Amino acid sequence: MDDPRLLRLAEDDNVCAVRITIAAGETILIAGQQRPVPAAVPTGHKLAVCPIAAGEKVLKYGAPIGSATQAIAPGEYVHTHNVQSDYLPTHTLADGQRYLDSE
Amino acid sequence: MTLLYTERSATMQGFLRSDGRKGIRNVVVVAYLVECAHHVAREIATPFRDQQTHLIGFPGCFPNAYADRIMERLTTHPNVGAVVLVSLGCESFDRETLAEVVADTGRPVKTVVIQESGGTAAAIAKGQAWVEETLKGLASTPTVPLDPSELVVATICGGSDATSGLTANPAVGRASDLLIESGATVIFEETGELIGCEHFMADRAANEALGREIIASVEKAARYYTLYDHSSFAPGNADGGLTTIEEKSLGAYCKSGKSTISGLIKPGDQPPCGGLYLMDVVPDGEPRFGFPNISDNAEIVELIASGAHLTLFTTGRGSVVGSAISPVMKICANPDTYRRLGDDMDVNAGRILEDGIELEEVGREIYDRILETAAGRPTRSEALGHQEFILTYKSFDPIGPACLPAAR
Repeated sequence: MDDPRLLRLAEDDNVCAVRITIAAGETILIAGQQRPVPAAVPTGHKLAVCPIAAGEKVLKYGAPIGSATQAIAPGEYVHTHNVQSDYLPTHTLADGQRYLDSE
Repeated sequence: MTLLYTERSATMQGFLRSDGRKGIRNVVVVAYLVECAHHVAREIATPFRDQQTHLIGFPGCFPNAYADRIMERLTTHPNVGAVVLVSLGCESFDRETLAEVVADTGRPVKTVVIQESGGTAAAIAKGQAWVEETLKGLASTPTVPLDPSELVVATICGGSDATSGLTANPAVGRASDLLIESGATVIFEETGELIGCEHFMADRAANEALGREIIASVEKAARYYTLYDHSSFAPGNADGGLTTIEEKSLGAYCKSGKSTISGLIKPGDQPPCGGLYLMDVVPDGEPRFGFPNISDNAEIVELIASGAHLTLFTTGRGSVVGSAISPVMKICANPDTYRRLGDDMDVNAGRILEDGIELEEVGREIYDRILETAAGRPTRSEALGHQEFILTYKSFDPIGPACLPAAR
């Protein structure tokens, strides 16, 4: 049984989206176990729901969204630090940069 | 939820045009034919901007067949009632042919040539006088009953984040299926943001040959973006939780619903009958003029050129854009964004995540809003005065014979 805050889009997916932001320090029920959430996970972002090996396809909507660049444990945050596209590189803001109005 | 939309649809009225299509707006378009005429065109349009007078134009001085075709399609769009062409006088744009094409449809058309008119002030005065007079005539344009099956609706996403594919896009997919059941036409795009979905789409194609064309169009997009070393993916997408172009694509793909894909078109091609169509927006041949579409409005313009009466625009991060000619309706995917930018949004699809509302219910709400918009109610972007427009250089080969099986 998945935590109700998780949204599983297809049966075979190895990641789930979160329905609402989960604050740092909370726990979340994944694969029958309460797992710690060390850093906040914003609405819509992804957590692994089973072990994913390095090089394995990451599945969401029942389809590959890329490949794991390292082993990912259940409950771990899944994003550009551990997944890459099988087509084209992802461009991100430089570390520490945010989209904010100037003061 | 009651079927209010079927009752309301009986009262929709459209502006009948000479080609048989019907408009849901009656816009005066002021079009500059080179950047050098942009200021004069803007000044002509500005006093009338709250009276359905919209500014469009093409900035380049060099000729381009794609731009000629798109300008023809836009100035003869069913939402357009009259046209002012503003020329500097020495640009290469073929203003005579465009004026003839518009005049042949029975629309009032005026060409203002700045170099022949005595300069900026005189050209502005001449154009404004014509618009003022023409608006009086347009006020009495006759209307005829408009059926939902006659609508052409475009779908697009912009400012996507990880909620887009969970809420707004699948809800638009439901609305798209309802439209197609009603006999309407829906166009979705863009192949550069459908990378990874090509085989799913091929399975939904009306026949195998069309499926192969769809796969080839996405392969073309992937190749094109690879040459530019940049996918159609902005840093804000990643900040919003999207990890790869495939993930963004799969979310965007949800906008297309579950209907059969009836055809593959290119910008300016008009779908031959109701159904779901994919638009291939990536230029053909060697990359020459830069990125396929430099921003969301470039795609919206292409969708309008293919006859879209209105555009459904889903956003997670929060886009505020509208468009000249055809209304843009915003479907907000992210509940946090709705709290910040709700005044810009027509539909709050983030309720799906926070309040447990079903996708079907939001899909019906979108369908209902489409009919209201077609019946004349302004969308939020229209009410806020958004009339964005952009058209740049591109080149396309005509679509292949397998792309429109229904047309044969």
